[in-house]
Amino acid sequence: MIQVLAFYLFAVTAVIAGVMVVFSRNPVHSVLWLIFAFFSSAGLFVMMGAEFLAMLLMIVYVGAVAVLFLFVVMMLDVDFAELRGRVAEYLPIGLAIGLVMLMQLSFGFLAWQEVDAARPAETMARGVGNAHQLGEVIYTKYVYAFQASGLILLVAMIGAIVLTLRHREGVKKQSVMSQLYRDPKEAVVMRDVKPGGSL
Amino acid sequence: METLNLLAAGPELILAAGAIILLMFGVFTKGESAAVTTLWLAVGVLVLAGIFAYAQTGDTEYAFGGVFVSDGVSRFANVFMFFGSAVVLILSRDYMIRAKSMLFEFPVLVLFAVLGMAMMVSSADLISLYVGLELQSLSLYVLAAFRRDSTRSTEAGLKYFVLGALSSGLLLYGSSFVYGYAGSTEFVAIAERLKDGDAGVGFLIGLALVIAGLAFKISAAPFHMWTPDVYEGAPTPITAFFATAPKVAASVLLVRVLYGAFGEVADHWWQIIWFLSAASMLVGGVAAIGQTDIKRLMAYSSIGHMGFAMLGLAAGTAKGAESVLIYLAIYLVMNIGVFAFILSMRRDGVHVTKIDDLAGLWKADGLSTFCLGVLMFSLAGIPPLAGFWAKFYVFQAAVDAGLIWLLIVAVAGTVISCFYYLRIVKIMVFDDPADAFDGPMLIENRLTLFGSAVLVFIFVVGGLGVPEMAAEAASVFAK
Repeated sequence: MIQVLAFYLFAVTAVIAGVMVVFSRNPVHSVLWLIFAFFSSAGLFVMMGAEFLAMLLMIVYVGAVAVLFLFVVMMLDVDFAELRGRVAEYLPIGLAIGLVMLMQLSFGFLAWQEVDAARPAETMARGVGNAHQLGEVIYTKYVYAFQASGLILLVAMIGAIVLTLRHREGVKKQSVMSQLYRDPKEAVVMRDVKPGGSL
Repeated sequence: METLNLLAAGPELILAAGAIILLMFGVFTKGESAAVTTLWLAVGVLVLAGIFAYAQTGDTEYAFGGVFVSDGVSRFANVFMFFGSAVVLILSRDYMIRAKSMLFEFPVLVLFAVLGMAMMVSSADLISLYVGLELQSLSLYVLAAFRRDSTRSTEAGLKYFVLGALSSGLLLYGSSFVYGYAGSTEFVAIAERLKDGDAGVGFLIGLALVIAGLAFKISAAPFHMWTPDVYEGAPTPITAFFATAPKVAASVLLVRVLYGAFGEVADHWWQIIWFLSAASMLVGGVAAIGQTDIKRLMAYSSIGHMGFAMLGLAAGTAKGAESVLIYLAIYLVMNIGVFAFILSMRRDGVHVTKIDDLAGLWKADGLSTFCLGVLMFSLAGIPPLAGFWAKFYVFQAAVDAGLIWLLIVAVAGTVISCFYYLRIVKIMVFDDPADAFDGPMLIENRLTLFGSAVLVFIFVVGGLGVPEMAAEAASVFAK
């Protein structure tokens, strides 16, 4: 009973948050609603017993992607009001695409048949969580793919740095050591300025 | 099969460790001379890995629990890719310094790209195929955009990235179909599942998408659109790199996927390869005629050559695989020689790439003209040069498989492509001299050009052991 209640709670909030992402006037609010939708989906994952996936959703999507969105929305000077004003222009094509997708989905649903060609993934039927199960294979069975993915990420990082980092000459940088070694005797000079005169 | 067996992956481990150590070395040193040191060290790492690969027995050994295979095919490809990349790195030193782009990341990224290629040719699983391919592609995208102050280089990098990402998407989508219907990602298991020769529709969709994704990487027509723009825009040494080792890696990977995983359903894929091969040979021949830039010309030439390599693949026999390997080895040697010359085309300190700049070169530098002419004749496939034997082997495999129509297209493609290769020779020898190129050619460019011309010449005498090595490698695919 409580499970059903929790499911509907998460499901309804996820749908509402998803709708609000599209309809809220302020883009920052849109991103916040998106984060809320991620949270609700993570709750649904937990209920399905996929707690590792739920944590990933939190850490990767909420922690990194959504925050990045937030930065982009706040930093880029995009006039969302103007974009929104052109909704009427795009409405017909949008509706047409939506209709086609709806038709495809309903055809797919009507033609649905259970076949045994595709099998469900095998699960380890032991009393351990799936983070634990993943930990058992990621450094053993999948060590090659895991390490290779690490190299790919390293290359992505090198690429981002080499294509964007510029060492500019003549930039004034803070030098902590020279600041610490400043001495009042050298930094402050007493001058006797005559009335009406200047240095 | 369920063991780590690190020794089988020795060359790859040397490259990975070398790349990471050189990255650290580069980070903690400063200046252009340190970057040049990194480059020489990277050459050393490549040569070391190449010697290790050559010293391997060529027996089939699995590593990392069956997702990685080391056999004659990977050994053959590794030796040529490692030494080829080492030569390209040495050739690129002068250009990168002149372009003020000599950063230590350049040799490190080349090492990572070569590591990705070595992983590609050794993959025995759809996942290891994908990670190898991505490692190689990501490094190449960055390398294409390496001269970030040049808009053309940036454009080349962006174009390559967008289209490459699309092709990776196709490949992944196809892989998911194959996995869904085979129940496993390992090539051995997929081949086992296809034993009865009955492939469902889902399988075929997956197969077609995987081939399309790989055809993008070897730039076979009709997936070749990116090639001329990327080759023209990327810095010339990197174009030389693009035209050599990655082509070998992607072609060998295609051989491995089609013969290894999908060998049982050859009657389903040979038509796709047939079409790709015919289209590439014709596009490579016809579209190159109007080119005025030698880098664009080499791009179309590489498209055509990939078509010829796939001619052997379409045969679907072990002999076909052998001819593809021989073709790739010869193609690599010829291209390195041509690019060694293109890299030394400088006038008033500026690199030039127009074909008309070669006019009357005969009078200024007879020996280089002769070598370049030999390479052009070889690329066109004139006997007794190596390029002729490369074509001879693939044609023979195609004859044995009875692909008569494809052979007719291939002969037409050869004749068309002869025109533009010989036009270069004509411009060099008979046209009125243009202004001379700068100073004497660098010793490394000169040696590479001469070396590859000599290799192309003496291939006729016993083939330098390459055909035997390829035959031994391709015996993996004999049924």
